Amino acid sequence: MQRTKVKPKLAVWKFSSCDGCQLSLLDCEDELLAVAGAFEIAYFLEATRAQTRGPYDVSVVEGSIANLHDIERIKKIRAESKALITIGACATSGGIQALRNFGNYEAFVRAVYARPDFIEGLATSTGIADHVKVDYELRGCPVDKRQLLEVLSAFLNKRAPRVAPHSVCVECKLGGAICVMVAHGTPCLGPVTHAGCGALCPRHDRGCYGCFGPAEGANPASLSRHLAQLGLGERELAELYRSFNANAEPFRKEGAAHDNE
Amino acid sequence: MLTQSNGVAAKVAQRPAEVIDRAGLGALISLLQSDGYRVIGPQVGDGAIVYETLASADDLPAGWLDEQSPGHYRLVRGPDAAVFAHTVGPQGWKRVLFPPRQTLWEGERDGSQFSIEPAEIEAPPTVLLGVRACELAAIAIQDRVFLEGAYVDAGYAARRAALFIIAVNCARSTSTCFCVSMQTGPKARTGYDLALTELCGGGRHDFVIEAGTERGAEVIERLERRAAGPEDLAAAAAAVERAASTQTRAMPPDAEGILKANLESTHWNEVASRCLNCTNCTLVCPTCFCSTVEDVTDLGGDHFSRERRWDSCFTLDHSYIHGGSVRREGASRYRQWLTHKLAHWHDQFGSSGCTGCGRCVAWCPVGIDITAEVAAIAAAAPAAPKDKR
Ligand code: SF4
Ligand code: SF4
Ligand code: SF4
Repeated sequence: MQRTKVKPKLAVWKFSSCDGCQLSLLDCEDELLAVAGAFEIAYFLEATRAQTRGPYDVSVVEGSIANLHDIERIKKIRAESKALITIGACATSGGIQALRNFGNYEAFVRAVYARPDFIEGLATSTGIADHVKVDYELRGCPVDKRQLLEVLSAFLNKRAPRVAPHSVCVECKLGGAICVMVAHGTPCLGPVTHAGCGALCPRHDRGCYGCFGPAEGANPASLSRHLAQLGLGERELAELYRSFNANAEPFRKEGAAHDNE
Repeated sequence: MLTQSNGVAAKVAQRPAEVIDRAGLGALISLLQSDGYRVIGPQVGDGAIVYETLASADDLPAGWLDEQSPGHYRLVRGPDAAVFAHTVGPQGWKRVLFPPRQTLWEGERDGSQFSIEPAEIEAPPTVLLGVRACELAAIAIQDRVFLEGAYVDAGYAARRAALFIIAVNCARSTSTCFCVSMQTGPKARTGYDLALTELCGGGRHDFVIEAGTERGAEVIERLERRAAGPEDLAAAAAAVERAASTQTRAMPPDAEGILKANLESTHWNEVASRCLNCTNCTLVCPTCFCSTVEDVTDLGGDHFSRERRWDSCFTLDHSYIHGGSVRREGASRYRQWLTHKLAHWHDQFGSSGCTGCGRCVAWCPVGIDITAEVAAIAAAAPAAPKDKR
């Protein structure tokens, strides 16, 4: 079969986020030319000022929905995109800024901004899939660049991405890392956290922070009982689940279960 | 008795036990290295005993003991300089014979054609030093899985044939050990080239050495050694007896029958409320053999490969078929692991899938204990009707 010469149009969009996930794409130094060769980069402000109008074959979306303009913009992008892939904790669950969901939004705005009346934010920060249909979600804070390349590669080759939804523990065991929780007594979120980082923290003698959000079949209630035995108090438990993926369902529920304030 | 299907010579006619000293152990390692083997053995790494390539006997974990209990593992200083006083580490020899990741084949696209090459199998001559009785039993079980029947795993077969196994008889049990109840240990009975029993303390540091194969006997011939006297043999027997008699954990008798009679036990849900679905139990288990295959391509799709990696019955993908996963609930995944390991393994492979090594007990982050769960299922059961067995 002859391969088509027309390159798919790729757009990279930013919502409420730190740019770290987009940077992961630019960080693919060795593969960057291959990416540019495989796609027509139609919109990617962090990489180039050149912009091509839609429709796009694939839109990669970073960031959460945190103000009214975001909602309008993501609907327009969805309408212009054949495939929409969200990348990172912000886009998949609302990000660290979703901590506002558990506090008093009005009070935060008054405390932070000199002119609160200029601010048109939403009281919650939410993931993209809460607003439009998403074709694929890639987790991580930030995403892992090899996984990002894998997702793009799978898209180009029309196959399933090799991104497993199991726990970080699998990555510890595949890599031969010694379990820091069992062997050192270090609290670790790995058993309830989605793989993808290659067990970066346990391999460096630290517990997992949960950057990739909840794993499939996560049972944080059981893990919390064990972490309490290791010495964590209620407040520490609530804070453990309330970081980059605070608004992802299993973490949100478990954080709330230990929030006694 | 476990069968050998790996081309290792049958057990040699009884050769009297002999004794080497600590220097002799060093000489044994160097001798095998000079014969072209890499020697993999226990050493301390990241606060645990790991099995890695040894440069010399100095890498062995002299003076270290492991304390293990459900969900808990610590290395502590022992009373003497014994090098094998620890029990089993988190990583079994499975990593050597059945590596976590393997490339099965690689392919190239060339215009409208493509070609596929099987991946090269690397099987360097390897000594496994310090293999415990439960681990020999695990290797024998995986031999049956990978080498018998219509489909022989070529990579496993090549790596297995390249092994020279030096067993160590345990002189100590930790709280998670239950090999006695599984009838696999603590004494190595078959499946080794050489077996050592460490005698350390009271001013001596020696090893009783016995051959299990002809080539093992040939290696002994090249070592400085002396015949074992009655007191050496008595000390060695006492060491193994101490390991056996201090074992506190046991698998309930007839675990197979208990599980087969209680597939609908309410206890499965109780375990599921504690189980994290993290997969650790299956990945540290020296007999678990499940894997998945994944296809890899580069961006252009010109180079591609098929990769195999460890999988676990605790993942949803493991039971995924068209339309979804079969075992969606944690309870059904835990039941799958336990009933396969302890009950249906008998039907499939003619033995239990458990050797009593205790790894799944120690390395479960929340300390779920396979022996306690079987006991709880037996206790939770309404009197099991005999005909359901
Ligand atoms: S270190 Fe953490 S992620 Fe790794 S196996 Fe242990 S609990 Fe799981
Ligand atoms: S089931 Fe547990 S005790 Fe039995 S062989 Fe596997 S890891 Fe060892
Ligand atoms: S039994 Fe323990 S190790 Fe196994 S999946 Fe459940 S929590 Fe993880």
